[in-house]
Amino acid sequence: MTVTENNEAIDGAERVRRRGDDSAVLRLSEADAAMIGADPDAADDERVLLNMGPSHPSTHGVLRLMLEMEGETILRSKPVVGYLHTGMEKQAEQLTFLQGCTNVTRMDYASPLFTELAFSLATEKLLGIEVPERAVWIRMLMCELNRMSSHLLFMATNGMDLGAVSMMIYGWREREEVLRFFEKVTGLRMNHNYIRPGGVAADLPDGWQADVERLLELISPRLEEYDILMTGQPIWRERLQGVGVLNADEALALSATGPILRSTGYAWDLRRDEPYLAYPEVDFDVIVGSYGDSFDRYAIRLNEIRESMRIVEQILDRMPTGDYRVQDKKVTPPPRVRIDQSMEALIHHFKIFTEGFKVPEGEAYAAVESPRGELGIYMVSDGSATPYRMHVRGPSYINLQTMPHLMQGGLIADGVAIISSVDPIMGEVDR
Amino acid sequence: MIDAGGGVLHAVADTYLEGCAEARADGFGQLIDLTAVDYLTYGAPRNLPAAVEAERFEVVTQLINHSTRERIRIRTQVNADEPVLPTLFDLWPGAENLEREVYDMFGIEFTDHPDMSRVLMPEEWVGHPLRKDYAIGSIPVQFKAASDER
Repeated sequence: MTVTENNEAIDGAERVRRRGDDSAVLRLSEADAAMIGADPDAADDERVLLNMGPSHPSTHGVLRLMLEMEGETILRSKPVVGYLHTGMEKQAEQLTFLQGCTNVTRMDYASPLFTELAFSLATEKLLGIEVPERAVWIRMLMCELNRMSSHLLFMATNGMDLGAVSMMIYGWREREEVLRFFEKVTGLRMNHNYIRPGGVAADLPDGWQADVERLLELISPRLEEYDILMTGQPIWRERLQGVGVLNADEALALSATGPILRSTGYAWDLRRDEPYLAYPEVDFDVIVGSYGDSFDRYAIRLNEIRESMRIVEQILDRMPTGDYRVQDKKVTPPPRVRIDQSMEALIHHFKIFTEGFKVPEGEAYAAVESPRGELGIYMVSDGSATPYRMHVRGPSYINLQTMPHLMQGGLIADGVAIISSVDPIMGEVDR
Repeated sequence: MIDAGGGVLHAVADTYLEGCAEARADGFGQLIDLTAVDYLTYGAPRNLPAAVEAERFEVVTQLINHSTRERIRIRTQVNADEPVLPTLFDLWPGAENLEREVYDMFGIEFTDHPDMSRVLMPEEWVGHPLRKDYAIGSIPVQFKAASDER
């Protein structure tokens, strides 16, 4: 479907509502798929079922696609997921609220701080505590830096998938600079367990401003280089423009969020529309596209890095002083020095880390705008120290539903560009 | 549906689809999340309105109204003996994989769903892992044997 046809469609979402053979989604079980391939008398011009993945260089982890092909054209497709499923939602029911962050941080491994944040916000909603202002701003700083590193990773993999191999090296290089700062603050490059219910694990180290300033100075001109290398380049545009088009009605109907929804021209960003942390106090623009194609999704992410840098600059100027975690004895362990002086402090510390803290019964949902869209945690507590149920609304899992619709009628070579532009993180898809 | 305040609504299997359709007509244009909770071993009081009878399963559907920036959460009681609900696919096609996940993890079936199959677990898996009576640990792993006709 071309861009003009798309804009003229009356019920914009009719295409994604189809149930039958004309749907873009291939609804075929594994057993039936095996039967199709087994027929030795199949005619030469028949539709071919092609398997792509789960271990394919362009599928970003272990995504497997079942593609129904006619020649080079994709008719229907089915993303087959679950290869990384490790039952993290079940696992969360065994871990205390304090240990929960170590679990959830491993889901979306490209933007771990967002899952930690959503988990902490949901827990804090149930606890009814408010974190100190400095903790809020530290969280915001770390999340925006994480959005940069996640989008830089996208720049790298998107470039690699389309044959811009130098971009891969550049993207990883810049991302590594951000991760180096994370390592300094949290002790780890990934899976930080830094944002915790009640605040953050530790205050920012001395000299963090200089590090962040250096980072901003370094990355800003490099983004200009990306523009020269890719944005204006004819081959790059040829590969992405008009490939994998979705309109706003379709994106909304498919529950898509994040850059995929915004690429259709629909401005919806939780940071602006349902503000959390201190986002109302900083200036930034919500980047939207206009054609809903792969190029728009690329351009949105590139410009979101710039917006994140704008937010980080404002945080640098306005970081408040104060405590980095709530001084509520119920959820916060005593300071390290007190443990040497007081038996009670030692017991208190021991209790919090072995038994955890009890969370009042109830249910809560907290959502944040992750680099991939709305990341939400639905938490049910029965008054004990472990969640009764924890559900993650993973943006990658839900955005993956748009993939068959983006691919329908396209070439298989464009399929690679589409997978890349959806930017799924399989750890969070399969959980 | 019964409004419990704070954006939470309660429904039963019979009023679920109708209530969702009404919400959609009222401007709740996007389905943001759909999941379930198994209340089998819940130790605290359920905190439901008097008119709603507590059942073992609860399907939690979250909708969002972009123009008023409102959210609602519909909590639907689902009977354990007959865990069946109508699908929301025709209202929001985005429900497809969310409902498949609930089927996979809780064994709640959605009638008239275009593809009611497992999504995260292997197709021939037995049991529904997120149910509270599904034990953790010490389960023999099910391996797939390669079929002879290859």
